[in-house]
Amino acid sequence: MRPADLLASSWRAIRSHKMRSALTMLGIVVGIASVVLTVGLGLGTQKDVSEQIAALGSDLLIVSPGSSTDESGMRGGFGSGTTLTRADADALASTVAVPDAMAVAAEKTASVSLEYGESNWTTTVTGTSTSWPEVRSRELLYGSFFTDEDVDSGASVIVLGAETAEELFGTAAVVGQDVTIDDDTYEVVGVLSEAGSSGDTSLDDMAVVPMTTLVEQLDDSGSSESVATIYIKAAASNLLSAASQEAESLLLNLHGIAAADDADFTIDVQDSLLDAATSVYQKLTVLLTGIAALALLVGGIGVMNIMLVSVTERTREIGLRKALGAAPANIRNQFLIEAMILGLSGGAIGVAIGVGLALALPSVLGSTIVISGLALVVSVVVAVGIGAVFGVYPAARAAKLAPIDALRDQ
Amino acid sequence: MTATAITTTHFETAAPVIELSGARKTYHTGDIEFEALRGIDCRIYPGEYVAIVGPSGSGKSTLMNILGCLDVLTSGSYVLAGEDVSHMDEVALASARNRRIGFVFQQFHLLSSLTALGNVELPLIYAGVAPAERRKRAMVALERVGLGDKSRNHPGQLSGGQQQRVAIARALVTEPAIVLADEPTGNLDSHSTRDVLGMLDDLHAEGSTIVLITHESDVAARAGTVYNVTDGQFVGTGTEIAK
Ligand SMILES: Nc1ncnc2c1ncn2[C@@H]1O[C@H](COP(=O)(O)OP(=O)(O)OP(=O)(O)O)[C@@H](O)[C@H]1O
Ligand SMILES: [Mg+2]
Repeated sequence: MRPADLLASSWRAIRSHKMRSALTMLGIVVGIASVVLTVGLGLGTQKDVSEQIAALGSDLLIVSPGSSTDESGMRGGFGSGTTLTRADADALASTVAVPDAMAVAAEKTASVSLEYGESNWTTTVTGTSTSWPEVRSRELLYGSFFTDEDVDSGASVIVLGAETAEELFGTAAVVGQDVTIDDDTYEVVGVLSEAGSSGDTSLDDMAVVPMTTLVEQLDDSGSSESVATIYIKAAASNLLSAASQEAESLLLNLHGIAAADDADFTIDVQDSLLDAATSVYQKLTVLLTGIAALALLVGGIGVMNIMLVSVTERTREIGLRKALGAAPANIRNQFLIEAMILGLSGGAIGVAIGVGLALALPSVLGSTIVISGLALVVSVVVAVGIGAVFGVYPAARAAKLAPIDALRDQ
Repeated sequence: MTATAITTTHFETAAPVIELSGARKTYHTGDIEFEALRGIDCRIYPGEYVAIVGPSGSGKSTLMNILGCLDVLTSGSYVLAGEDVSHMDEVALASARNRRIGFVFQQFHLLSSLTALGNVELPLIYAGVAPAERRKRAMVALERVGLGDKSRNHPGQLSGGQQQRVAIARALVTEPAIVLADEPTGNLDSHSTRDVLGMLDDLHAEGSTIVLITHESDVAARAGTVYNVTDGQFVGTGTEIAK
């Protein structure tokens, strides 16, 4: 029997039972559409998170006070200690001790109430150095950042986050205006461009002042030398771990600590956040794909079920074809190809629906769905495979029918 | 009506198309054994028109299935057109059916999804004949049964007699060694019966070898030789009917 005739014969059988064929495909359509959607959603979410984290700077080291030696997760005094100082930051900024660092900025924060005319706004003010915009990857929308002279002199200047500026000034011009904190006047020298949010904290509702200004005028923590965090921007992202090691040994040295396990500070790599997030979303993708695979399994069982019905219903046809000279393999192949065509069509329709939903849903859900070409191709191949796998048994049953019994069937 | 003048004797000069020796067929239903054929010897020569008659349950269809390579003997031997088919496997039997046998069934057994032409083409598809050649031969076969103008009709658009003629065209199209017809007129009215039997007479006149199974004596009367089956055995020898 010629392969083209085999195909034509299978195709005709499918066409002559449209309703049954459609029902057979339905399970596969649903399964494949959900695979396309869930994989797309998983990849999309992963992309969103990666982008958010990358926006924070993936070449960034974050040095925090307190140790992290306890692997059970208890971090003694993490984030609240006073073991990191402005002197540490100055030392880390030295190109000799930490050659792979490009810029270093220490941060210390206080909560303040800003006033302008009738407006009043409470926000977090960060004291830092002039390298802060470079280290934190921030740009200025208006004006300029404060200068080294401002830092040296503890000048009363302030840079506002975009949201803070809008809350205080509305649409009015901001740069050059004065805001009041505790009856002291600060000149607004710049406004930061919008940066979105990182977790729960808004990166746009904030204010930045020189470290000296914060320590001398705004901070009431009592420890004028300690800082909350030191950010180190590596010269390149592949130098991140080198910079991390250099910073660690310098700080251990400065703090007079011999063993790294006894460190009174913690160095986090921004990348590890990315890795953690990636692994979470990989797990999510695996889970979603597992659910979709279950849907496909159910679809495959549907194919088998209806193919078995089809074999029973077409017993006489099978008998006749055998009487006319069809070998068992001819019959088997016809049913197998029918199942595979159903899988292919179901897969193609499923992919179309999945892609359609993937294009339509993001505007409704607000989440990114990534359509991966590979996933689409794999989906269709899997659909055909399901047709084949679940078609094998019904096809074998059809091939085994004895022609006399099959012909006698009413 | 034609062909009544054809001589029905002296076939023995050629090699037989069908040679059954000691043919036995035993069916097993659970623990119960039933011997449907009990040692049949039979030779059918090219160009013969044979009728097999006998009461219901006597083993006619069983014999037909054996002759048509749809089933195999329990013991004994069956040589079809010089080929011993007694011990063939399913694949070889399928090929033998395709090349040697043309079936005409009581229930027509046409595929309703195919046109008359498509139905006649079916055996050629399994023979691996190319489409153009196939269509040509199927058309010739349809014209031979007088249905050249109905080639595009589906079985549902044909009368019973016409459907059976399509089935005859399908049986002829491979130019088989033998045409096997099991009660071909069982489902037809008297007019169509005459029609179909006339058709078989014509085929016989043109040289086809035909084995016809029937209940009806007037149908059997058209054949050159009549075998009487009772309880799985031939009763007496083949009766040659003088026309
Ligand atoms: N597959 C089978 N299994 C068991 N017994 C069978 C089978 N096929 C036929 N028989 C038995 O063999 C005997 C002969 O059956 P067969 O069909 O050959 O009769 P027949 O002569 O064609 O009868 P009819 O004229 O009614 O068609 C019957 O008794 C039947 O019950
Ligand atoms: Mg019978």
